Order: sequence, then structure tokens, then C-alpha cells
Amino acid sequence: MSSEKKTPAWPLWEVFIRSRNGLHHQHVGSVHAVDPEMAVENARDVYTRRGEGVSIWVVPSAQIVASDPADKGAMFEPALDKVYRHPTFYEIPDGVANI
Amino acid sequence: MSPTSEQLPSLQTLADGCLVLSHRLSEWMSLAPTMEEDVALGNIALDLLGQARGLLQQLGDKAGVTEDVLAYFREAQEFRNPLICELPNGDFAHTMLRQLFVDAWLADVWPLLAATTEDPEVRGVAEKAVKENAYHLRHSSSWVLRLGDGTDESHERMTRALDALWPYRGEIASDAWHDRVAAVLSEATLPVPDRDAWTQRTSAAGWHTEHLGDLLAEMQSLARAHPGASW
Repeated sequence: MSSEKKTPAWPLWEVFIRSRNGLHHQHVGSVHAVDPEMAVENARDVYTRRGEGVSIWVVPSAQIVASDPADKGAMFEPALDKVYRHPTFYEIPDGVANI
Repeated sequence: MSPTSEQLPSLQTLADGCLVLSHRLSEWMSLAPTMEEDVALGNIALDLLGQARGLLQQLGDKAGVTEDVLAYFREAQEFRNPLICELPNGDFAHTMLRQLFVDAWLADVWPLLAATTEDPEVRGVAEKAVKENAYHLRHSSSWVLRLGDGTDESHERMTRALDALWPYRGEIASDAWHDRVAAVLSEATLPVPDRDAWTQRTSAAGWHTEHLGDLLAEMQSLARAHPGASW
């Protein structure tokens, strides 16, 4: 047996799958892979085993720009009391059909 | 030159080859280098098992027995799989090169079988297998490329696998096979061994390596301990 060598973990890739034509790709999880081709193959093998998809996108996880959880209040709370931004806030006048 | 229909393996050879190789790949479960590869090998094993079942059902119908009788109640000398399918997994390089050899064989066999068989059930199995094998071949080729043209150690392991497996190509190799495999080996910076070198050819007579007995002992033990059991 050769001596155990510590190899760095393979890069992580986020996987997006489109389940049917016409729908948008949705995030389903992540895979490890050394390059884009392997990332697509691994995504296919891990996430489309039950006919889940017709198209796969992979994106290096390191390229994802995310919001900071600590900013949650400043980022999202101001939207909570703006009920007038929801269409259900408005009463539909009598006589307006087909809504 | 591609093989002609006279050069197609018998359905028994094809069915047994898929069944035995499927079992070998299943031995990797939970042991593959990465979780992703674990699932990939499992997928390939299941594809091969499905192909084997499809053919064993047809062979069983003709013989008046079930597919399970053929899979679990035959002895080693009754199996007709190419020897290369029963060889132990070795390291990951060995497994992937063996897979390339078999995938490159099936890449000619399945389309030819689909085009020439008169049995609609067999044609159905073969047509489905064409697509499945295209993915298997892509997977095994890419690993042989990565490992052959990778680090010193991966290249060394691939070279060792090549030395070990080359004498087992005889039962699956055609000129088309040699061309296909040589292209991958060259790109992987591996030597392309002499296609006329000596090769094993004994499975057609039921002569197998010592490894098939061990494989069958494990694969068949449950069915033999509980004959006729079902899920």
C-alpha cells in the first residue's frame, strides 16, 4: 500500500436542473468535480436518476455571490409591511371580468 | 472494419457478460473514490443488469425457465461471459480500463444487434442499450484520459492495468474495437500494445478464470439459500 496522501478536496459545483422544456432551471444541490465536464456528468448521475431533467446547468460554487445572513433585517424586513405590493391588497371593482 | 452480424456474440455471451460485469461494479458500492463516482458506478451497474435481464428473459422463455434460474442456478462452466467481465476490480484505474474495453466492445455490438435481430424483444433491449452504453463509454473514456494523462502515480496505475488487461481483449476485440481503444489510449499518453499479441480465449468453451467461482458464490448465495423467495 502506498502511504496515505492528503489530497485537496475537489471543487464544489452547484447544480440546476430543468425538469421540462418551458420551465426554468431550479437549484437541486451540489457535486464535487475536477472540471466542468465531470461536474455535468456527476450531476447527471446524482440528480437525474429518476427522470428529473431535460437540461443541466452547473456553476462553480465559488462563483455564487450570496447575501449576508446578518443583513437579513435590513435586506428583507422592509418588504414585510408593504401589503399593498401584493395584488390581493386591492379589491376588484364590480364589473371587471376575467381576473 | 466493423464487425458483421456473423461476428456478433451469442445472446448468452452478451447476457452473461452484462450480468457478471454488473456484479463486479456493484462491489464498488460505498468504496468508490468519491460519492458522486459511487452513484455513477451504481448507475452503470444497474444499466448492465437491466440489459442482462432483458436478454435472460428471452433466453429463459426459449428454455422454459425464468431469468432467475439462468442467473442464479447455473454453474461457472455454464456461463459464457467474456473472461474480462469476471476479472476482479483491482484499483480504480483497473476497473475503468476494464470498463473502457467492455464499453468499446458493446458500442459495436448493441447497434449491430438492434439492426440485425429478428426478435422484437431483443431489438428493444439492444436499442435501449445503445444509448446507455454511449454514456458508459463516455464515462470510462474520460477516466482513462484523466488517469493516463494525470499524475505520475495515476499514469503508472493505468499502465499496470493495461499490462494486466490486454491479454483478456481477445474475446471482445475486433478491428473497430482496436481502433476505438487505441484512440483513447493514445490521447491518454498510454502505450498502445500490439494488437496481435497473445490473448486468452476460453470462455466460449466454459473455461473461466478462478475468479468467476468466487463471484458467483456471492451473487447466487441468497437465491440458493431461499429458492423461489420474492420481495
